[in-house]
Amino acid sequence: AENEPSWEAPCTKLLVHVSTPGCDGFPSLDSNESYKLSVSKGSMLLSAETVWGALRGLETFSQLVGRDENGTYYINETEIVDFPRFPHRGLLLDTSRHYLPLKAILETLDVMAYNKFNVFHWHIVDDPSFPYESSTFPELSKQGAFNAMTHVYTASDVRSVIEYARLRGIRVIAEFDTPGHTLSWGPGAPGLLTPCYIGEAPSGVYGPINPIVNSTYQFVTSLFQEVSTVFPDFFLHLGGDEVDFTCWKSNPEIRAFMVKMGLGEDYKKLESFYIQRLLDIVSSLGKGYIVWQEVFDNDVKLRPDTIIHVWKENNLQYLNEMANVTRSGYRALLSAPWYLNRISYGQDWIEAYKVEPLMFEGVPEQKALVIGGEACMWGEYVDVTNLTPRLW
Amino acid sequence: SCPTMGRAMGLAGLLLGLVVVPAVLVSTSLRHGTPRTEAEPEPSGWELAADAVPEDSLWPLPQWVRTYPRQLQLAPSRFQLVHGAGSSAGPSCGLLQDAFRRYYEYIFGHSRRRTWGRRPLAARAEPELFQLQVVIEAGDPGCDRHPQLTSSEAYHLTVTEPVAILKAPEIWGALRGLETFSQLVHEDDYGSFLVNESEINDFPRFAHRGVLLDTSRHYLPLKSILTNLDAMAFNKFNVLHWHIVDDQSFPYQSIYFPELSDKGAYSSNLIYTPTDVRLVIEYARLRGIRVIPEFDTPGHTQSWGKGQKDLLTPCYNGGQPTGSFGPVNPVWNTTYDFMTMFFKEISSVFPDEFIHLGGDEVDFSCWKSNPEVKEFMKKQGFGTDYAKLESYYVQNILDIVSSYNKGQMVWQEVFDHKAQLKPDTIVQVWMADNYARELSRVTGAGFTAVLSAPWYLDYISYGQDWKKYYSVEPLNFPGSEEQKKRLIGGEACLWGEFVDATNLTPRLWPRASAVGERLWSSSNVTNLQDAYKRLTNHRCRML
Repeated sequence: AENEPSWEAPCTKLLVHVSTPGCDGFPSLDSNESYKLSVSKGSMLLSAETVWGALRGLETFSQLVGRDENGTYYINETEIVDFPRFPHRGLLLDTSRHYLPLKAILETLDVMAYNKFNVFHWHIVDDPSFPYESSTFPELSKQGAFNAMTHVYTASDVRSVIEYARLRGIRVIAEFDTPGHTLSWGPGAPGLLTPCYIGEAPSGVYGPINPIVNSTYQFVTSLFQEVSTVFPDFFLHLGGDEVDFTCWKSNPEIRAFMVKMGLGEDYKKLESFYIQRLLDIVSSLGKGYIVWQEVFDNDVKLRPDTIIHVWKENNLQYLNEMANVTRSGYRALLSAPWYLNRISYGQDWIEAYKVEPLMFEGVPEQKALVIGGEACMWGEYVDVTNLTPRLW
Repeated sequence: SCPTMGRAMGLAGLLLGLVVVPAVLVSTSLRHGTPRTEAEPEPSGWELAADAVPEDSLWPLPQWVRTYPRQLQLAPSRFQLVHGAGSSAGPSCGLLQDAFRRYYEYIFGHSRRRTWGRRPLAARAEPELFQLQVVIEAGDPGCDRHPQLTSSEAYHLTVTEPVAILKAPEIWGALRGLETFSQLVHEDDYGSFLVNESEINDFPRFAHRGVLLDTSRHYLPLKSILTNLDAMAFNKFNVLHWHIVDDQSFPYQSIYFPELSDKGAYSSNLIYTPTDVRLVIEYARLRGIRVIPEFDTPGHTQSWGKGQKDLLTPCYNGGQPTGSFGPVNPVWNTTYDFMTMFFKEISSVFPDEFIHLGGDEVDFSCWKSNPEVKEFMKKQGFGTDYAKLESYYVQNILDIVSSYNKGQMVWQEVFDHKAQLKPDTIVQVWMADNYARELSRVTGAGFTAVLSAPWYLDYISYGQDWKKYYSVEPLNFPGSEEQKKRLIGGEACLWGEFVDATNLTPRLWPRASAVGERLWSSSNVTNLQDAYKRLTNHRCRML
């Protein structure tokens, strides 16, 4: 027929050329993910600085291949030069509110790769459950998991996730959120959490981690020593969000401590006291850290290379926060407009798409401090039965 | 994977430092619609049944439940569901035979012990429950018939040793009772199957309890529909309102008019063949579920025009046809010739007494633009009131469908636009704005109504929105006793604009369960905390 395309000689090879070696390494924040793809008569070439760029290019190549009504696979002559605008493009999964079987996590990593995400933010433990099997403190998951036999991530599971992610150019950043969001840590670590009081007597209920006892810092050191070894990425997410001060206020020993240390009635200072020590511990372990925005908002003394994770959303207030964070010289990650767990009717992808992360008042140097963002899928109403259609 | 009660127990023990109290030590509880405290604080996600009682697992809550502390054991290798003495139904009743097998699986499914064997001499302390005997009281059980609006779904269940008895006037009640019995059987920490001695008297508050599925906006594979029918049976729903075709696609393969799906379906494999349709109807029947098809006209018919030339109204602009089409053309005789044939087929393919004729959201602009239609309006003396033209059309369709001895369901606009309905036409109220007033109007005019307005489950939102569906009281509208009797039930609707097989099940369930209990259980079953407890257990069971 007149208008049928004439097929050129079939292409048999996509040549992949990588300049810098490093097949056995891990991707990092500084990894170069750029690539060039050239498809022309007689040759198909994918060239990249690093293997990470090659992965991105392979994904793109796979999207270019089409199939016609006769079943023939074809590809158009193409020239592509590509690199990411932001180096940190993440997805948060919450495996504490609901346990997610390994398969669900691995499937999510596959779909992340289809979409060129490169960070898996594993919010692994929280108030409701502690599924992380710690070798140093096995009681944490024994007492804290929903079911210590079935609803846990063994060391081998964690290794599987890290390697599966690595093979897709995805970094795994674990979050052990403290001092709040730690109720599930209590049963397996007696004395760690603050006992709340009603009047003179303990009420039997517990609050955030107890910041005034040495045992807390010994525990935290040992735990993060393990976590630093298990998770190879340079960064750890330390949480630090939504610390409820009521329990601390109710505890007489803590009140006494506040007086002794001259902190007055400002419990944010107590929170800072804890966080500062935590950051020192983690630094000494050779790790960098990411914290939720409260840590910045509450004036904690931070190292200059701290990354602040902006999550509070209230009428576009997050843009002000982004401006403040970057003006203070810290790098910023944006999640506030991307809380995908907050479902609504219709094509809500449009709102998420319209977000412009750099649309705040600031000089170019500030804007350069925005390293990217993360879509968050908090798990209050999410488990394996609805994760995939809710997220993608 | 959803763990058994083990998860809730573990957590409660974890947080409250309590030792879990075995169900056995809970004293008799008489449930008669559970009047509880009015205050309904937000139930904490983890403060679940630390001291679970058997009724903490029933959904929907039966009208009258009495459970006793004494427990009976069931052995998978010995327990049987059988026809009881005095039942009018026996082994030839295919529907019950099928149900017995299905419910055996639900009860013992994951158990490995199947081979028949005698009760060991050194058995456990609890007495053994050997059988559930099902007794149908009606003279003619009608095992090969289809359920109807007037079918009885009542049942009486007595669980006591050595044999439990399920009595029901009709087979439909037996199906409901089997579901409840399966919800009473629970596993203890050692894997033994136990059931508390109980007595239950149950019947539905409303006779029409439906789920609407839309297979036009997105095609739903057969498997999706069948899985959904299973879920409906778990929740005692008894009507599948199959909104089978619409603007976007026409997947129904018609025998008389094969072009409709040939040209109107998304693709040739995204259709429902006559075999598929028969399968859905039979699968539903075996679960006591009626299938009411909806062939929505005169609006929502774009896809019909692909395979049926000259059915839809050609739209005009400045005296010239634009090439696009509007609703079904009400002025041509050929329209009614087509509808006569088409609904003859539909009436014979779908055995239910009712067919849903749609009649919603008719856009008049195309009619208004068409010169023949304008001419017709003048001739009929309708002036500029196109609602009268719509009613003219609808009345003709109602007549056609009546002539095939089928009852009709219509969306509320048909009533609102003052078409002359048959006395037994059912009006489905769907517009959310002031639906209580619409219910008053419809029932006040003497028509039967079905409520959907507050139950559009496609309108998802963040959090526990099941509570808002659960809190609807259908009879909260101004009207006499007579009027209230005309509200025969409701339907949870899952429109398909944003729904396909990848997300149907988690979007519909367990949110629709809230509607299921509202339509089955007594009006005073309103406590959200109690519902939360039972619903979380029920949801895990459904998985």
